[in-house]
Amino acid sequence: MADTTGATKGTNMDLLRFATAGSVDDGKSTLIGRLLLDSKSIFEDQLEAVEATSTSKGYDYTDLALLTDGLRSEREQGITIDVAYRYFATPNRKFIIADTPGHVQYTRNMVTGASTADLGLVLVDARQGLTEQSRRHAVILSLLRVPHLVLAVNKMDLVDFSEEIYEKIHAEFTQFATKLNIPDLEVIPISALNGDNVVNRSENMDWYSGPTLMHHLEHVHVASDRDLIDARFPVQFVIRPKSDEFHDYRGYAGQVAGGVLKPGDEVVVLPSGMTSKISKIDLFDQEIPEAFPPMSVTVHLEDDVDVSRGDMIARVKNAPEPRQDIDAMVCWMTTTPLKPRQKLAIKHTTRTGRALVKDIQYRLDVNTLHRDQETKELGVNEIGRVQLRTTVPLLSDPYSKNRATGSFILIDEATGVTVGAGMING
Amino acid sequence: MSLCKAAHGTIPVMSQTHADYRLSQLDQLEAESIHIFREVAAEFEKPVLMFSGGKDSIVMLRLAEKAFYPAKIPFPVLQVDTGLDFPEVLETRDRWVNRLGVNLVVASIDDAIASGVVIDDGKTSRNRMQIGTLLNAIEENGFTAAFGGGRRDEEKARAKERVYSHRDEFGQWDPKNQRPELWSLYNGRLHEGEHMRIFPISNWTELDVWDYIGREGIEIPDIYFSHQRRVFVRDGMLMSETPLNPMRDGEVAEERTVRFRTCGDITLTGCVESTASTIDEIIEEIAVAKLTERGATRGDDRFSEAAMEDRKKEGYF
Ligand SMILES: Nc1nc2c(ncn2[C@@H]2O[C@H](COP(=O)(O)OP(=O)(O)OP(=O)(O)O)[C@@H](O)[C@H]2O)c(=O)[nH]1
Ligand SMILES: [Mg+2]
Repeated sequence: MADTTGATKGTNMDLLRFATAGSVDDGKSTLIGRLLLDSKSIFEDQLEAVEATSTSKGYDYTDLALLTDGLRSEREQGITIDVAYRYFATPNRKFIIADTPGHVQYTRNMVTGASTADLGLVLVDARQGLTEQSRRHAVILSLLRVPHLVLAVNKMDLVDFSEEIYEKIHAEFTQFATKLNIPDLEVIPISALNGDNVVNRSENMDWYSGPTLMHHLEHVHVASDRDLIDARFPVQFVIRPKSDEFHDYRGYAGQVAGGVLKPGDEVVVLPSGMTSKISKIDLFDQEIPEAFPPMSVTVHLEDDVDVSRGDMIARVKNAPEPRQDIDAMVCWMTTTPLKPRQKLAIKHTTRTGRALVKDIQYRLDVNTLHRDQETKELGVNEIGRVQLRTTVPLLSDPYSKNRATGSFILIDEATGVTVGAGMING
Repeated sequence: MSLCKAAHGTIPVMSQTHADYRLSQLDQLEAESIHIFREVAAEFEKPVLMFSGGKDSIVMLRLAEKAFYPAKIPFPVLQVDTGLDFPEVLETRDRWVNRLGVNLVVASIDDAIASGVVIDDGKTSRNRMQIGTLLNAIEENGFTAAFGGGRRDEEKARAKERVYSHRDEFGQWDPKNQRPELWSLYNGRLHEGEHMRIFPISNWTELDVWDYIGREGIEIPDIYFSHQRRVFVRDGMLMSETPLNPMRDGEVAEERTVRFRTCGDITLTGCVESTASTIDEIIEEIAVAKLTERGATRGDDRFSEAAMEDRKKEGYF
């Protein structure tokens, strides 16, 4: 691997998580293979294995998708079934890539990969332009509030690197995107297979003056995407050493979900409403002056209030309202449809409870963004607005303000499987 | 930020000031892993940490130490004793276990063979026999969650695995039917007899692991550093001369300057020629390495493109 780092660099790099999206065969896995190859993040044994497989299958060229399609059935069918996570680094940034499947049947795996992404990379085949699936994925990315989006117009080699075609897709997508929530959009013409505008600037598209994909990924600004205002600390675990040395130690362990916490802050514990002050914050054996997302720390309070897993520590003057009536966009992920009156388990931050579906207000048509209020159920891979009543109050924020405190999952109580992903409106 | 005295040596608490509230990628990875450890400790009845003594499992122990400090790690550590482990690895294991005061459960392949849990037909490798031994230990002890040090960058079947990886009552992984895993909301629901494999360092790369070992100043087995060793060539890999792995006709041992990139079964784990004797030198060496750690030195993964996937489906680590 070339561009990599020494000890000091590695510990100082920042992180960008991105996920691919788009229809089957638009070239997502090929693009990731190309990015890894051209950034010299592929090892010889990996490349040799892929070359050998391509030759034995009688392909004319090395199928770079084989670098990420890691399951036997994926290689047999030539499609991606589940998310593959890949990693590479340039001198200042580490990248975690989620290469997701395009096939509609595996949308839930696309949602899995995109839920944690800072950037969504939607591919379209230049010959076909936008398809229902590219629209569906763009809608999902915008609902998931993935803050940065890149539309990569791929397979430019198959349309003679035509500027006109690029411009047409660019315009069509920009038009569609006005109806979505996409704060940052970049449209890049590429050939994943040959590498045009992926890492190296294309010699076939003089008319394009924007950044290469890699340049954009390296420079897109992600630090400001977090909420540093509203302090939110869901308690995960109570640390009580029960040893002589730490006899009176009682700390609340968790990962900061929003805002900045400092010793001396006046806080409220939810849902009980008890107030106290932060006495200190520990990071392993050190006391630290402040904690912010996504740090995992241990918070101590001055008073001996009752705090347990599932509670949330917030600022006295800025705390979420405990709520049992939840209005959310739900992405449904199993073949048995979601219907009113259905009961499910729900997990939100560190809280678990049960939820009753009170109403399905509408189903979203991902092509037209039409709100269908007639159909009172959600089929697999469909998205809709749902009203839930929960057994425990949720200590939530609107998803648009905080992805950690605004999201939940729904679990089928009989099978134990995750069947829905929810984003709270507000 | 100030320097502080950590468990071993002096390390900076956090390398940057927080004027801009940014965490380095390594601190973000650490925070994510600690979150996973705490989540499992809170939600599962009987977790266990699978420990091989290699660098990844040592990083796991370090993360678990940090997650629950100053309390002890609230679950035991499980090692599958293949009878083919490097002695240096076992020594390091014992020092870690003693220092942390955790409970060590050893599941031995020999015992499993003696009691008929796994069958030694003379053809099955010890590496495969680990699977039965491990699954039996999980079942006998009633462990509901088993932490593993697998990283997604190691191998392309691992690259597909969830952080919470569900195993059915036979301990099998169904890669085509994994549960969706969104945000950091992990679903730990199980039925009777099932268990969950948990991979807290899924998103770490080999380089991250080394950066972290360097930053934390923690002890790892000596065999990761350059040393003199009598080795012979088999299948293009440099193998240790040891009575545990008899040489075949035509194989000759000679002394070379080597180090190991992974620690597995002594009969399958090769070493690489290297003069890297410090963490920094190792990091430099990996940065320019042309082969993956498993491709270069692990006989168990070289059999076929799907070697790892097949073993994982059966219940391998
Ligand atoms: N000519 C040309 N072919 C390409 C390009 N990018 C991808 N392909 C080919 O398109 C086919 C599909 O590519 P994949 O990368 O597997 O597509 P995908 O989007 O990952 O598909 P799924 O993951 O199954 O949704 C393969 O045969 C690729 O070689 C390109 O830029 N030019
Ligand atoms: Mg693909």
